[in-house]
Amino acid sequence: MLSTLHHPPRRLSRFFPANNKPRHFHTKPVLSSSQPVTDQSPSSTSPPESQILSIRHSLLSREVTATQLAETYLSRLKLAEPQLKSFIHVSNNVLKEAQSIDDKIKRNENVGPLAGVLVGVKDNICTVDMPSTAGSRVLENYRPPFDATAVKKVKEFDGIVVGKTNLDEFGMGSTTESSSFQVTANPWDISRVPGGSSGGSAAAVSARQCVVSLGSDTGGSVRQPASFCGVVGLKPTYGRVSRYGLIAYASSLDVIGCFGSSVADTGILLSAISGHDRLDATSSKQEVPDFTSQLISAALLESKPLKGLKVGVIRETLENGVDSGVKSTVLGAVSHLEELGCTLSEVSLPSFSLGLPAYYILASSESSSNLSRYDGVRYGNQAAAEDLNALYGDSRAKGFGSEVKMRILMGTYALSAGYYDAYYKRAQQVRTLIQKSFKTALDENDILISPAAPSAAYKIGEKKNDPLAMYSGDIMTVNVNLAGLPALVLPCGFVEGGPIGLPVGLQMIGAAFDEGKLLKVGHIFEQTLQGCRFVPPLIADGIPQ
Amino acid sequence: MKSTHTQTATQEKQQPSPKIKSSPQSNQAKTRTLDRISKEYEAIIGIETHVQLSTLSKAFCPCPYIYGSQPNTSVCPICMGLPGALPVVNSKVVEFAVKLGLALNCKLSFYSKFDRKQYFYPDLPKGYQISQFDIPIATGGYLDVDLPVEFGGGHRRFGITRVHMEEDAGKLLHADDGEYSQEITFPIIYALQVDLNRAGVPLLEIVSEPDMRTGIEAAEYAAELQRLVRYLGVSNGNMQEGSLRCDVNVSIRPVGQSKFGTKVEIKNLNSFSSINRAIDFEIARQALLYSQGKADQIVQETRLWEEGSQKTVTMRKKEGLADYRYFPEPDLPEVILNKEYVDSIQSSLPELPEMKRRRYEEMGLSMQDVLFLANDINVARFFDATIEKGADVKLAANWIMGDIAAYMKNEKLTINEIKLSAAELAELIASIKGATISGKIGKEILFELMAKGGTVKGIIIEKDLVQIVDPSEIEKMVDKVLSENPKQLEQYRGGKTKLQGFFAGNENIERQGKSRAAEQDPFREIKCEKLNVLVRRNLVIMCHFISHRTIKSDFPGSTHLSSDICLLKGSRCCLCIIKSFALYSVYMSEAGF
Repeated sequence: MLSTLHHPPRRLSRFFPANNKPRHFHTKPVLSSSQPVTDQSPSSTSPPESQILSIRHSLLSREVTATQLAETYLSRLKLAEPQLKSFIHVSNNVLKEAQSIDDKIKRNENVGPLAGVLVGVKDNICTVDMPSTAGSRVLENYRPPFDATAVKKVKEFDGIVVGKTNLDEFGMGSTTESSSFQVTANPWDISRVPGGSSGGSAAAVSARQCVVSLGSDTGGSVRQPASFCGVVGLKPTYGRVSRYGLIAYASSLDVIGCFGSSVADTGILLSAISGHDRLDATSSKQEVPDFTSQLISAALLESKPLKGLKVGVIRETLENGVDSGVKSTVLGAVSHLEELGCTLSEVSLPSFSLGLPAYYILASSESSSNLSRYDGVRYGNQAAAEDLNALYGDSRAKGFGSEVKMRILMGTYALSAGYYDAYYKRAQQVRTLIQKSFKTALDENDILISPAAPSAAYKIGEKKNDPLAMYSGDIMTVNVNLAGLPALVLPCGFVEGGPIGLPVGLQMIGAAFDEGKLLKVGHIFEQTLQGCRFVPPLIADGIPQ
Repeated sequence: MKSTHTQTATQEKQQPSPKIKSSPQSNQAKTRTLDRISKEYEAIIGIETHVQLSTLSKAFCPCPYIYGSQPNTSVCPICMGLPGALPVVNSKVVEFAVKLGLALNCKLSFYSKFDRKQYFYPDLPKGYQISQFDIPIATGGYLDVDLPVEFGGGHRRFGITRVHMEEDAGKLLHADDGEYSQEITFPIIYALQVDLNRAGVPLLEIVSEPDMRTGIEAAEYAAELQRLVRYLGVSNGNMQEGSLRCDVNVSIRPVGQSKFGTKVEIKNLNSFSSINRAIDFEIARQALLYSQGKADQIVQETRLWEEGSQKTVTMRKKEGLADYRYFPEPDLPEVILNKEYVDSIQSSLPELPEMKRRRYEEMGLSMQDVLFLANDINVARFFDATIEKGADVKLAANWIMGDIAAYMKNEKLTINEIKLSAAELAELIASIKGATISGKIGKEILFELMAKGGTVKGIIIEKDLVQIVDPSEIEKMVDKVLSENPKQLEQYRGGKTKLQGFFAGNENIERQGKSRAAEQDPFREIKCEKLNVLVRRNLVIMCHFISHRTIKSDFPGSTHLSSDICLLKGSRCCLCIIKSFALYSVYMSEAGF
């Protein structure tokens, strides 16, 4: 897809190109934005535009330089950072890299599709020139000798890594409060959590501290913070994006995902990082289509652009335990989809409620193993100790936070002789059940929808001492990881709370490797959504000092 | 004669049988008692073998492994277990596992998987070892072994429980002396360093059924496994470098009892003979405890074989079963084999040691010869290639096991390193058989070929070693000999008919020993006839000569003759002058000396 962005604009007509090859979409006519993002009206309730495409347009038309853009973002980042604390580390090379993009443009050289785009990277994704701590003391100041494949690809496409975003330690948490270093705030209400574990990446995109960001999603860690922060979050199909360089939490569930302020940006970032990687044996050889080629400008849409699309509403996700405001917002989204021509039906996933316990057993089990390597022997913080057991014990006791320790203990227990069959094995059986029930539901429907979380963002500290309440917040998302499916979360409305309301995300679940369809539907949904605010007050009001 | 530096279980120097805390004076009596006691018990022996695969790169990363390289010079983020690094299976590892599985007559698992075996140790970078747990790649096979003749011979079939793939750990290195060690000696952990060169090197673990009953059976099992991996080319099988490591489980029970006794694991077995000796020691130790009513002192433990004292000593007692918390490795997909893949590997398997031995046996070779030739894949290949070129089986075997093996041993060379080719050995054998050259000359040519290479024909021509076959040429030579040996001829004429042999032998000398021993000389008749004709002509023998160097072994029955008996004194000897490099004997009895 990315190369097609260089092509001259071309008009698109049909929405579902029946047997036609997918058509390309293009900067100006499609998304009708020639303005750089910095000019975007902050209080606008108009649908979000692709910042990546407008940056590209501005750069190539010499309206603005990459350096100017970078400076704008960096200054906003620095202004917002004292309140948000979304970054653990900010790169020192941003302006230098922006300058080299400008040089390329000056020399009329081709620049990559992410040229001048500032990308935030979750700190559990390895970067060669910056610390990569996974939010843990045990890896404090650890600098990997290699870039994660996803980061490498971002750089190859001329994206600029602006810094490393905060997260729950090793991705274990739903609030970013379990980071060893800092607590990130929600840009819509700084007394609230941004969600987690990719809270830093979500908050940074929401507050326009960067254009897009990479997160990771093991049980909802991209989608729930996207919902809480009012941005678009995409969890790709397991295997779509290489995990090489992603510091493992639960290997069979971990996926690197994307955040953007629009569906288009999220899709462009996904295109950049997708594809088989010989360094990750679980990465798929499935062809990577042009995810953004079917995104159509709102101006060109027919009256019922999603006519015939079968959408299943997962019954179990709108039952007890779901915040009423969230429920009504999602039901509003259902009506919106109907207006767009979708055929809505209720779908039941009987094994849905089993997902949460199965997830916590499997994720804890794998994490107990994945985190064994943090023993203080080769890297990270090493405790002074007299003998080997003390070396291990003290290094790990001092290095890990309590949430991580709890999950290691749970996982170790679940894998122990005599318990394996009752816990791990049974959870795997549940996983198979869940996969089957999703398969059946997706055979009958094009996409499934649900809330992204049972509630909007809650207060910092609210669930910190109630892990079960926090875990149960993952009910909407963990099943998707167990099934390995792609899911897109995008803002669909607001509930009361905070200065101007809190965003609610809609989750769209697709069949494996069908991200293209999710992005297409999501884009139409987003572009036709009326009266929804997409820019948080922190930006809208000018960042208070 | 049948010596070689190729290591086999039985060809290692056999050490004295194990002794147990015996006072010097009653040593023999004790040993006899032990032998008697041991007969009342049956030993049950099983072996776990780790074979390091000779793949170009490690099991899950592209690092090469070179034994003995500087510590931590062959490492990468993957084998160091850095955060974010992921393993990717080296397909050669699977191929080698399938090869060995097939060669061990195992059933292959078309769907197997990798599992994580979890424990903490500084030489284990990830905190877990990638291994295979409940679904190994191969199960339920067997290994056929021919016991050496000197141990009573016989054929054995030992069951193989399973073969699975896994990765090796690193090595602990003591900073103070740079020595590698298996165990950490506390409290000096700060003097401890870790070398991760070996971490991630692919291994196949082969678990046998508890089918062995004696040390020699176990040692032969291990030796056969070594042969097998070498035949297959999946490992160098070198025990000293740790490419083949055997851990042995030994228990004993009174003959007739079906319940197994408590098993003891023995480690640190660095050679086949140490396997043999350690097991025999352990059997004797356990039998003694049994016979003394102290069977309860046999506990489940790991014992270390001490080469110095020829004893096993307690290394660590087992405190219940270790819980490795195995679970499927989520970073690696299942290992799926398909029939075409397996078939293609099956059809590419070389002739395996057992098949080779049976074939050699059918060729009429003795078991001793069979075992020798089939022991080393390269020797076997050389032998096969020699036979393929039409060489006589027994002669080829004798040359290889004799002079060639001796040469290899002396020069510390393998059969692939000597310059002699199988084709030339076949040519040499044919030349001797066809009487172009004598055995003695053959031997000389052989050494030349082994050291410098070249061809048999080339050397024969270069050194003019060809045996004359034209009768008129021989007549001429006989004439010459007679004319040059008037004294002997006179004696001969005088009735000393035994001298006929001398003359006939001289024909050999004349031809610089190019012919075989006199009695095998196809031209002897011609020569004798000529001699008789000449005698009738009353010619006079003028002199005789003999060789200055007699190689007794080449002419059994001959006696060394000192050079001063040579009437012409060495270089003046006419035939010596003619061919200065002649070195031969005469048949003294026939020559009358």
